[in-house]
Amino acid sequence: MQLTVLLIILALLTVIGYQMGRSRAVASVGGRIVELHSVPSYHGFYVALWAGLPALLLFAFWGASEGWLVMQMVLAGLPDRLVQGDAQAIGLLRADILNLAHGVTTGREPDPEVVAAAERYVRLHALGDWSLLVIGCCIAIGGLLYARGRIDPDLRARNRVERTANIALVICSLVAILTTIGIVLSLLFEAMRFFAVVNPLEFLFGTHWSPQMAMRADQVGSSGSFGAIPLFAGTLLITGIAMAVAVPVGLMSAIFMSEYASPGLRTWLKPILEILAGIPTVVYGFFAALTMAPFVRNVGGSLGLDVSSESALAAGIVMGVMIIPFVSSLSDDVINAVPQSLRDGSYGLGATKSETIRLVVLPAALPGIVAAVMLAVSRAIGETMIVTMAAGLTANLTANPLDAVTTVTTQIATLLVGDQEFDSPKTLSAFGLGLVLFAVTLTLNMVALRVVQKYREKYD
Amino acid sequence: MSVQTHIPATAMASRPAAAGTHGTKMVARDVKVFYGAKQALKGINLDIQENRVMALIGPSGCGKSTFLRCLNRMNDTIENCRVEGLIALDGEDVYGKNIDAVQLRARVGMVFQKPNPFPKSIYDNIAYGPRIHGIASHRDEMDEIVQTSLKRAGLWNEVKDRLREPGTGLSGGQQQRLCIARAIAVSPEVILMDEPCSALDPIATAHIEELIDELRENYTIVIVTHNMQQAARVSQKTAFFHLGDMVECDDTEEIFTNPRDERTQGYITGRYG
Repeated sequence: MQLTVLLIILALLTVIGYQMGRSRAVASVGGRIVELHSVPSYHGFYVALWAGLPALLLFAFWGASEGWLVMQMVLAGLPDRLVQGDAQAIGLLRADILNLAHGVTTGREPDPEVVAAAERYVRLHALGDWSLLVIGCCIAIGGLLYARGRIDPDLRARNRVERTANIALVICSLVAILTTIGIVLSLLFEAMRFFAVVNPLEFLFGTHWSPQMAMRADQVGSSGSFGAIPLFAGTLLITGIAMAVAVPVGLMSAIFMSEYASPGLRTWLKPILEILAGIPTVVYGFFAALTMAPFVRNVGGSLGLDVSSESALAAGIVMGVMIIPFVSSLSDDVINAVPQSLRDGSYGLGATKSETIRLVVLPAALPGIVAAVMLAVSRAIGETMIVTMAAGLTANLTANPLDAVTTVTTQIATLLVGDQEFDSPKTLSAFGLGLVLFAVTLTLNMVALRVVQKYREKYD
Repeated sequence: MSVQTHIPATAMASRPAAAGTHGTKMVARDVKVFYGAKQALKGINLDIQENRVMALIGPSGCGKSTFLRCLNRMNDTIENCRVEGLIALDGEDVYGKNIDAVQLRARVGMVFQKPNPFPKSIYDNIAYGPRIHGIASHRDEMDEIVQTSLKRAGLWNEVKDRLREPGTGLSGGQQQRLCIARAIAVSPEVILMDEPCSALDPIATAHIEELIDELRENYTIVIVTHNMQQAARVSQKTAFFHLGDMVECDDTEEIFTNPRDERTQGYITGRYG
């Protein structure tokens, strides 16, 4: 409650600060704005920043540390007999106090001392909020008055405001980068726990995947073997089939759209193709499982082939269809970026349209097309839903596209679905797989970026 | 644009005083071009003589590039562009039914304003045209064509040791000479040049101008230029275009010393343009 009030007050103060700064700057030169170093609005922002930022920083700091501070104060006030014990006991005590303070009843009768401590916690907490409100307002008003006092025709308000804006931009990009690093690190640490149980070599090169850990020593059929090769092979197979569908179709539709289609047709075709990209992968999954897989099996059956009802082929084809707009849209962009002067040069030598496209346009666009295909591959490798629904969970080590296979992503999804204990190798193996997957897609993306940078022709 | 009214005497003197008779290579009769509803050319009549350089001059937007692009039907690649009238090459209508634009462009080559080498090696840039037209049947023949073309374009000595390097790595002037060599390699009869020196520095320009003068022996050349000294230096005939009309066409010397139309006079003396 107090925090909301504080935020509203801060918002008001910054608005007031902006107006004050502006009008004072104008007044300081008697309305002759050209005599100011910065335009009046920068003076306004300058005062507004001084009013808002310090209080907000305090607010953020308080939000991060308040709970811990108050708890330390409460714990310090408890008798020694309660606070003694190891870290786990103290953690339990904290949880008790917090539960009582938030009105959650625990099963056992609480110690009166702990009840008192919980009450103290609530009191301190409320006190803290009120003091935050008061201190925050004081700081905001103080900042506002300070900045207002500094307004002067020579004040370099623009430079200061812009520097602050720069810092804000840096902080935002840092948040994105740190999040990525955090995700990678958490993946890495969990994977380390897995590799402490399972030998990494066995994981990377073993050919048998059966992530069932025995609950009891004499349990049957739960050997727990973590050879991930069948998963990698399955991923590779499905990705290969998907690319075999997506690359030719996507590339050729891109060529048609950028070179042959009339502008009118193009304005229709491109959005329609991009609708494909907007279909949720689950829907592709339906299509794969309910339409494509039976179709493939029937066709295979009529040819006398033994096709599994969950075949890699069906999943791969549907995944390929999903990726078509990805390939075609990116390729279309790079083909359009090939300058008209190159085409003119080729036509001027008596080349036909198809010769020009084959011999000049495509080679010139090749780096971009390669990059598009690489991005599409990493998209295919990371795709989960279609495979889960259409290709099944059987970890076969096979190169036959008519068999059921499974992929890395599907296994990760299955391993982590439902109630799982997070200390068994079965669950942890998901992190091992995730790490491998991450490494592969990261490498692909980096290679794609390098290819583009290295071979990009500079047309100006 | 700073235009000097005085044409240097040396530039005029470097041209042969009087050439022998020259046959007519291309003919334009009442050529009209429309971009959609807008008319860009209003009935052009022009004769282009064999083995001579014809310069097309005139202010921006006067239609000289449009006319040039009609001569080898490059306008076909532009949407809603319509050409009326007759353009003939050796007496044959180039817009006629039995002429294929693709084959026509092999006979009437083109060099563009900005050097546009393909992102291939120097060798492959030259070999591109001969390959698509099946001119060379085996490797030695192709090597021969590449070498002759580069020599004619005056580029051979500069690039003979790096034929496998990309053509885009050459300097601007070298790139333009590469493009000229590329055009020569398909042995065209006419070469159209659309402001070939406007993106080049003065030294590279001088190179290209010398080259144009030499090429005249074997080819008919039509050049669009904004630079009037250049027109005076390289051409024997000059046509002045203005607002979609061809105002005046005569011997270059005549146009620059004794223009009949006052618009021509105004343009070459720098009063507008």
